[in-house]
Amino acid sequence: MSSAEIASILERHNRGYGGLIAILEEIQAQYGYLPQNVLQDVAEQTGRSLVDVYGVATFYRAFSLKPRGRHLISCCLGTACHVRGGPGIAEEISRQLGIQPGSNTDDMEFTFETVNCLGACALGPVVVVDGRYFPKVKPSAVKDIIEQAREGIGRIQIESDARVFPVEVSCARCNHSLMDQRHVIDGYPPIRVTVAFNNTHGRLLLSSLYGSYSVDSEFDIPPNTVVNMFCPHCHAELIGAANCGECGAPMVPMIVRGGGMVQICSRKGCKGHILDLGGSALS
Amino acid sequence: MISLTINGLPVTVDKGTTILEAAKFLGFPIPTLCHMDGLEPYGACRLCVVEIGEGNSARLVTSCTYRAEEGLKVRTASNRVLRARRMIIELLLGTCPQSKVIQDLASAHGVKRQRFKQEHEDCILCGLCVRMCKEQMAAKAIGFQGRGENRRIGTPFDIKSEVCRLCGGCIYVCPACQLRCTYNDPDKAVCGGCANLTPPCVEKEKFDDMMCYMSPCVACEIRKE
Ligand code: FES
Ligand code: FES
Repeated sequence: MSSAEIASILERHNRGYGGLIAILEEIQAQYGYLPQNVLQDVAEQTGRSLVDVYGVATFYRAFSLKPRGRHLISCCLGTACHVRGGPGIAEEISRQLGIQPGSNTDDMEFTFETVNCLGACALGPVVVVDGRYFPKVKPSAVKDIIEQAREGIGRIQIESDARVFPVEVSCARCNHSLMDQRHVIDGYPPIRVTVAFNNTHGRLLLSSLYGSYSVDSEFDIPPNTVVNMFCPHCHAELIGAANCGECGAPMVPMIVRGGGMVQICSRKGCKGHILDLGGSALS
Repeated sequence: MISLTINGLPVTVDKGTTILEAAKFLGFPIPTLCHMDGLEPYGACRLCVVEIGEGNSARLVTSCTYRAEEGLKVRTASNRVLRARRMIIELLLGTCPQSKVIQDLASAHGVKRQRFKQEHEDCILCGLCVRMCKEQMAAKAIGFQGRGENRRIGTPFDIKSEVCRLCGGCIYVCPACQLRCTYNDPDKAVCGGCANLTPPCVEKEKFDDMMCYMSPCVACEIRKE
């Protein structure tokens, strides 16, 4: 970052004494961290001493003086998350990534840090990946979260992808809508079904964005489990004839409002799906 | 002008005077650690606590930062103040048991035990050096960094500062740099040597050699063989 660029950032914050945090935030947004020479420049150009700038930069957790990886994983160790098992989650993330909190992976893919309360204590233990909150995380879900992070999450990405759009579906048997208006996933009401696997059954919310794999499950579904899905209204099993082209597990059909049918693979973690808007699958 | 009473004695001071200064004017001693004439009050060590107000609304404040108010009733040595002060010293002792300044405070205030884990920190974060560097030396070479348990004092990026002139002012004011005499038991939490005025060398069998260079010693009259 050149001195001129810094000068333009400072110009926008009218060089006032009160704007230091805003200035540093802007620099961090552009750079991902606060490089040493930039801090020196800021001190020089604002007429502040370097100790003051450095003091502010080290005081706030949001600022980083070291380069950060592409994905930022923060695990909450606040009081509420702590008693609900936050330390175990942090340990698991450390183990999976092979790094200690506060450091980057060697390939600069991930930065892992622990934070003290994210203000979502009721959802604890909370893990935030690139700005997305994962509530009630269990150690077994960590692997999945890291996988998702690797593939890239974040609503901005989803919305800018033209192939992603919300669908509204209903049960193929009773034709009740499966949309759950009381919850939100990816910014839209999700699809609600009942799942059963290994003697447990409970609620599963699937993102209604076609192409998004965000889910919210009452129980933790181990990766690779093939689950049975049921309509929460008529309790009929949502099952069709097709098998997943990717992994061979049975596909789960649902009727798309406006005509057509969507089928999703019933294996946790498999991304196989078929969208048939022609409606031929119905007849 | 503002009139207040300190330990029952009325005193009138200029606006903006701190309780500490007013008490000093009357001659009431208040121990301080992070206060130094010529430096901005900072209120870090809490040692200068006094009690203000009455009844249920009485509370402890740091006299070095609290400005005198009209009609304020201050007590500099109530039971509550003394208890709080001893606790503060005890906590400081836990942080920095090797400091002579703090051990002297402990002796002077009758702190005979220390119930906390001994940390042997290098710094009690009183900020004297930071203020010295900034206000008297006009250098701003060192400052606070980090937060919470990671808070510490240092130069930016922990590299040699370009603005430091190596004046040594920071070391001069540091209460933690001056080491206590370790007696024969460096880990002892409260040395208390100065409190009972027994020179440590009296228990001669615990020393390989006498510590003092006076022979015979004026205190114990033991002569070096
Ligand atoms: S304790 Fe984790 S969000 Fe508050
Ligand atoms: S002297 Fe007042 S707080 Fe340290």
